[in-house]
Amino acid sequence: MIISIASGKGGTGKTTISTNLALSIDQKVQLLDCDVEEPNSHLFLNPVIEKKEQVIAPVPEIDLEKCTFCKKCMDICRYGAIAVLKDKVLTFENLCHSCGGCFEVCPENAVMEKERSLGEIEQGSSRGISFIHGRLEVGQVMPPPIIKKVRSLTDPDLVTIIDAPPGTSCPVIAAMNGADFVLLVTEPTPFGLHDLKLAVETVRILDIPHGLVINRAGLGNDDVKIYAEKENIPILMEIPFDKEIARIYSNGQMVVDKLPEYKLKFQDLFRKIEQLVEKGGQNT
Amino acid sequence: MRELVILSGKGGTGKTTITAAFASLAESMIFCDADVDAADLHLILEPDFKQLSDFIGGNEAVINPDKCTQCGRCLEVCRFDAVRFDADTNTYEVDPIECEGCGVCFDLCPEQAIDFPETICGQWYISNTRFGPMVHARLGIAQENSGKLVALVRQEAREIAKDKNLDLILTDGPPGIGCPVIASIGQATAILIIAEPTVSGIHDLERVGQLSKHFNIPAMVCINKYDLNPDQTKKIEDLAKENGIAIVGRVSFDQTFTEAMIQAKTIFEYNENSQASIEIRQVWDNILSLPEFKNPVTNNIMQHL
Repeated sequence: MIISIASGKGGTGKTTISTNLALSIDQKVQLLDCDVEEPNSHLFLNPVIEKKEQVIAPVPEIDLEKCTFCKKCMDICRYGAIAVLKDKVLTFENLCHSCGGCFEVCPENAVMEKERSLGEIEQGSSRGISFIHGRLEVGQVMPPPIIKKVRSLTDPDLVTIIDAPPGTSCPVIAAMNGADFVLLVTEPTPFGLHDLKLAVETVRILDIPHGLVINRAGLGNDDVKIYAEKENIPILMEIPFDKEIARIYSNGQMVVDKLPEYKLKFQDLFRKIEQLVEKGGQNT
Repeated sequence: MRELVILSGKGGTGKTTITAAFASLAESMIFCDADVDAADLHLILEPDFKQLSDFIGGNEAVINPDKCTQCGRCLEVCRFDAVRFDADTNTYEVDPIECEGCGVCFDLCPEQAIDFPETICGQWYISNTRFGPMVHARLGIAQENSGKLVALVRQEAREIAKDKNLDLILTDGPPGIGCPVIASIGQATAILIIAEPTVSGIHDLERVGQLSKHFNIPAMVCINKYDLNPDQTKKIEDLAKENGIAIVGRVSFDQTFTEAMIQAKTIFEYNENSQASIEIRQVWDNILSLPEFKNPVTNNIMQHL
């Protein structure tokens, strides 16, 4: 089973939920941190890293001996990553989306694939959890290939928990698509509600069963609850607004270690998710 | 004309509430919401959505079943796994969510059986607020090209600032360090990083700091909720010093922010004497007197989209 933890708004508690949930359930768990721009799960789980791997993308390199300056590569590139001049060809790696059009279209086989590093993936383990995360190289612009690479390591025999990035665009889709369940995390404030609505639209487009965790409950107002009821989105857990929890988090500690009563609450959350996934399976 | 971009790396550290607070302090300013994925600044500034335009973000491949001969060339050339073959019906289809809009299948289909229409990926707006003009946008759900939309709203903001002779563009940036963030900092005067004193906050601050160095844009840091963890606050200050990032102040963990947000007010409109209000006023004064911001060096970096 794949559970993706997402939110729309950043800083609502995705990483807190992902890591504490992973540590609480009595099954073999795999945690995939797919917030590759700002991965944080490792700061709480402190995994022992056993394997590292570069994530690379092909970019063009032109063999000027073969090139006839026909400009077909420039014409097919929709990202402006190739400029064919009179007697030379310029390539702009940072604009390239690695679509492969230039390699395909060149009649002279003059476009060669060169590797560009987008970031890296690390695999390891922590306290019985199999841990994998990706990290975008600073200055690079394309998280989805790294997210896809992390997700390619999904082990179907384990419960997979995905810590997704904030937002609603391509990196979030890459971290949610194909999940059995999306757990949305929000805080009960106007910003939290506004971005929750966007996140709900996103999971509905992907047609994935979903539920809600309200973090920092009691901080703002009841509008998130009213919205969830109206939209029939089950509220699976509420974590009260508590400065002690904020402090535990700020030190990189786990809530379930410091406040053990939360372990049962996270186990309960997991049971509710399992039930909803089962029910969703019956409906389709 | 100067542009201050508010970033954080980590989401939810207070970028938007602090940007909105600055609105109450500055004169002759235009706002730009560059968090086009999950924009929130409008919830406080309440713009009038005066002018709406579609954002044509790119194109999307669509296979025309009447012309398709099932040769499979599109599936072969697509590097984004966006082409699906359904063996039951013997048809090829493009998954619009996976389609990157590169057009390679459209160009290489031997039967010209693929259409490549432009797609509207969102909307962008020019508005008025009670604090001044604002340019903002909404990227469609699950859409690509957020960087392009960010570049567009910033370009519009710059033109309006020029026309109206406004001295300052205040840009509320997106979280992360990827495509939309890089699009939000090109040619900016300075970056203000809102950091929180948590292990994640520090980790993410480091990466934004590296980004500002990579693109050679001066960075300064404001520590929000600093009293939550004084030890981590100290670490941020040490880290900033080591990396040549100016510290422009500390803001307390203050629930007044949330109370103000619920009433769609800036913290100054809600309670100008709250602890956080007093601290933010100091932060603003520090920013304005910082040499990098007072006498900016023009940056000229390539726009990465």
